[in-house]
Amino acid sequence: MYRIPCPHCGPRAQAEFTYERTAEAIIDPALPASEAMPRLYTRTNPMGVDDELWRHTYGCRAWVVLTRDRVTHVISASRAIGPEVLP
Amino acid sequence: MKEYSALSLLRGALTGHQHWRPAWRDATPAASYDVVIIGGGGHGLATAYYLASVHGIRNVAVLEKSWIGGGNTGRNTTLVRSNYRLKPLHDFFEFGLKLWEHLSDELNYNVMFSPRGAMFLGHSDADMTMLAQRGDAMAASGIDAELLTRDQVAKLEPLIDMSRSARFPVEGALIQRRGGTARHDAVAWGYARGADRLGVDIIQNCDVTGFVREGNRITGVETTRGRIAAGRTAICVAGHSGHVAGLAGLRLPIESQTLQALVTEGVKPMVASVVMSQSLHCYISQSDKGGIVMGGDPDAWPSYARRGQPTIVEHAIAQAMAIMPALSRLRMLRTWSGVTDMSFDGAPIIGATPLDGLFLNGGWCYGGFKATPASGWAFAHTLATGTPHPLVAPFALDRFERGATVDETGVGPMPNHR
Repeated sequence: MYRIPCPHCGPRAQAEFTYERTAEAIIDPALPASEAMPRLYTRTNPMGVDDELWRHTYGCRAWVVLTRDRVTHVISASRAIGPEVLP
Repeated sequence: MKEYSALSLLRGALTGHQHWRPAWRDATPAASYDVVIIGGGGHGLATAYYLASVHGIRNVAVLEKSWIGGGNTGRNTTLVRSNYRLKPLHDFFEFGLKLWEHLSDELNYNVMFSPRGAMFLGHSDADMTMLAQRGDAMAASGIDAELLTRDQVAKLEPLIDMSRSARFPVEGALIQRRGGTARHDAVAWGYARGADRLGVDIIQNCDVTGFVREGNRITGVETTRGRIAAGRTAICVAGHSGHVAGLAGLRLPIESQTLQALVTEGVKPMVASVVMSQSLHCYISQSDKGGIVMGGDPDAWPSYARRGQPTIVEHAIAQAMAIMPALSRLRMLRTWSGVTDMSFDGAPIIGATPLDGLFLNGGWCYGGFKATPASGWAFAHTLATGTPHPLVAPFALDRFERGATVDETGVGPMPNHR
């Protein structure tokens, strides 16, 4: 069990959070199908650092963006979702 | 190399067992091969074996970054079954189950296949309806499936809590009596020995670091032991498919997650069959050494770490204890983790990629071990002929953009909700 820094609540137990999807899987409804398809169905899935959308399900219930290493599990950034994060 | 037999064992006993030889050569990589298989797990070794034995293609190398069978082949719960609902899945796994039944003879290596029965418990009327539907679908394809009553379940597994006050009451079960378990290491070693005897080079400690590309064609691999040219290149690294395909610039419908399992101290026989619950997602079986092997949900977030969260193990144990309270008296021996390729519809991906000469076998989610023989058989056919084997044609990489997903559980494109 490790702790995830919620931008609203501070560090909380990982069990309070739910992984939702990688940030590259955010689909703008205006995208043409040819560009939406790879975002819906494929992933870079890096063996390293990626931006991910998590939800503080059993806390403030906000969605947050974590920059997380998928090998070491080190979280290098945690950001609130807002206009400056999502288009 | 000599055949293994009771006679050779007896002869060895008289000469102090000096007759044992390495079961496969420690090959050094040649400059080029007809087929280079990346990944020396069960699937890669089985593919090499069937390429050599069925298709006569023996100029083959299997590249393994550490030691063979040390990835998911050595990290699973060894369950073998073909009780899937959808036809493409149960036809494929049934073909595999028939290979399992004769695998020890085929390889002259005891893979300890033990068809003790694989049983899905039903905990409600709705569960029983789902299980009956699954059983009917299997029976329609000629696969054995038998619906059990509460009394039959209680007779088969006396330690299951059958009381009406149980946390997860048991209403019945669906059993596939031909399902069971096998010895995971023996599968890797048996295929390795078989492939080696037919001339396949098994090259360990050889990490693939990149691909050699000419236009849209992959013509070889860069490794920590030099460049190796290949007529056809096969990725067989489930768990790390996303990473290796990424070296060729491909994005796959796969996310890598951790799956954990655990085993208790060895005890006398107490679990006769493989007891599973899909509603809970929990599976219990007893190894031939006597340890109770249990597993549960994946850690539902991406990781390549090969270590998981204790909360997930605790959850799996809680479920298993609710079904079989006597398990609470056992001490846990160890837990372990593997990295699984979670595909977007829960089905595997086998076949060609957008790059010429590059083929993929991955996306096994948490069900790759049982597929080992069928996967090797069908992938060898695909590599030898350049066209997909009919059994794996539904599992093509481009099925997502075609809208032809094979979604056993009907979850949708969510690798973390399987």
